[in-house]
Amino acid sequence: MTSSADAAVEVIGLRKDFGATRALDAATFNVARGEIFGLLGPNGAGKTTTMRILLTLLKPTAGTARVAGHDVTGEPVAVRERVGWVPQEHTVDPLLTVMENMTFMGGMYHLRPIAARRQAAQLLDLAGLAGHGNKMAKVLSGGTRRKLELAMSLMHVPAVLFLDEPTVGLDITARRDLWAYVRQVSGQGTTVVLTTHYLEEADALCDRVAIIDRGRIQATGAPGELKIAYRASSLDEVFLAATGQELAA
Amino acid sequence: MSTTNLWREHRVLLGRWLARLRREPLAVLALLAQPMVWLVLFGHLFTKMSVPGGSYLRFMTAGAVVMTTFNACLTGGVELLFDRESGFLVRLLAAPASRVSLVTSRFVYLTALTGVQGVVILVAAWLMGVHYASGIGGVAAGLAVGALFGAGITALSVALAFSLRSHSQFFPLVGFASLPLTFASTALVPLALMPGWMRAVARLNPMTYAVDALRELIMTGWQVAPLVGTVGALLVFDVCCVATATAALRHGMR
Repeated sequence: MTSSADAAVEVIGLRKDFGATRALDAATFNVARGEIFGLLGPNGAGKTTTMRILLTLLKPTAGTARVAGHDVTGEPVAVRERVGWVPQEHTVDPLLTVMENMTFMGGMYHLRPIAARRQAAQLLDLAGLAGHGNKMAKVLSGGTRRKLELAMSLMHVPAVLFLDEPTVGLDITARRDLWAYVRQVSGQGTTVVLTTHYLEEADALCDRVAIIDRGRIQATGAPGELKIAYRASSLDEVFLAATGQELAA
Repeated sequence: MSTTNLWREHRVLLGRWLARLRREPLAVLALLAQPMVWLVLFGHLFTKMSVPGGSYLRFMTAGAVVMTTFNACLTGGVELLFDRESGFLVRLLAAPASRVSLVTSRFVYLTALTGVQGVVILVAAWLMGVHYASGIGGVAAGLAVGALFGAGITALSVALAFSLRSHSQFFPLVGFASLPLTFASTALVPLALMPGWMRAVARLNPMTYAVDALRELIMTGWQVAPLVGTVGALLVFDVCCVATATAALRHGMR
């Protein structure tokens, strides 16, 4: 367990009601700086709700959350300056070039134009997209577009990067390629919080996971620790033991 | 909220709106050709109509300019609806950029775009023999009055973009509103030739105010007192539209 002093994300008793529906209930977890942390659960479990609260896009009904040292309800702008986000939806503009998409996002995070172009060139290089700068975004393959979206969300060098189901719709090669890129980003000190309903993704990529089901966190820990604690040989069995149901991929 | 940050946001947002326009050559062509069609088509269709000043083309020029502004601004909010539909907008809401910049950048873009269209029409009409009684300064003032009208219409379009679920609702609604509002104004026909009820509607229509101001400047010259009154009326209209848009934004920017 991490101490709150070096936590990148600190969530205490978070609850979210939509009318009579409780989407999230008494969620408590920490994410340490530099960690890759996975919110693992089926569709509708409360993963995206949790992420949107941490991104300041939704107000919690009860509980507190701090991201990169700032309260999500009290200091939303300070949080927004320090986090990056790749949503599930497509967030490149297909009518702009790869480079234009990058510098556009830089401007929305208040980078100077010259600094934005320099930063974009470096990030495209790291992502293996160096030769793609002048291509129209609409011609990119699914995997390449995802990498561009990830690179766009790193323009302002966020302390915490949020990825919502980052590999949905990608084939296995593109998925592995993206995992390698996420590890590389993490290796440079960025904390990564991702949601996924792929057990193998959580197993392959995450230092720690929180298993979430019907709005409640059922278990938290490193995939290896959870397997030992639940006397399970795989994360599938852990999930079954913790929630009483299977997670169909 | 520093002005440097606002400038940087507007810079990239305007860059994006312009790049999207530039890459749709057909849209650019339509934006420049459509006003000419108004001028040529209606200018010849109604030549026998008796209008103050005698020349229908000269009467019609102000109408063509303001109608063009009206149409561009009325659909001007739809790009924000596209961004809402695709998920792009919510991604931008997670950035520290001001929410207001998304909307104000549309105002700046549409004001510039309709300004260019207006100049194209005025130059074309001049080549077709229309004289401008108040000179270049008067015509520029008339375009500014048109921009005041366009700002209110843009705000309404933005309000619509944040009130509807999809662009498949947006376009029919805008299409439905556009023609009656145009015909129930002085853009094409003078008040004197309208039936009584339509004249009453046209007197309340903000388009009438913008058209009449520009038309006075083209056909008669500077008439300061009525011009000030028109500017005042359009400012009231703008305030109402911006208030509507603000309410819609609060509701829709989630």
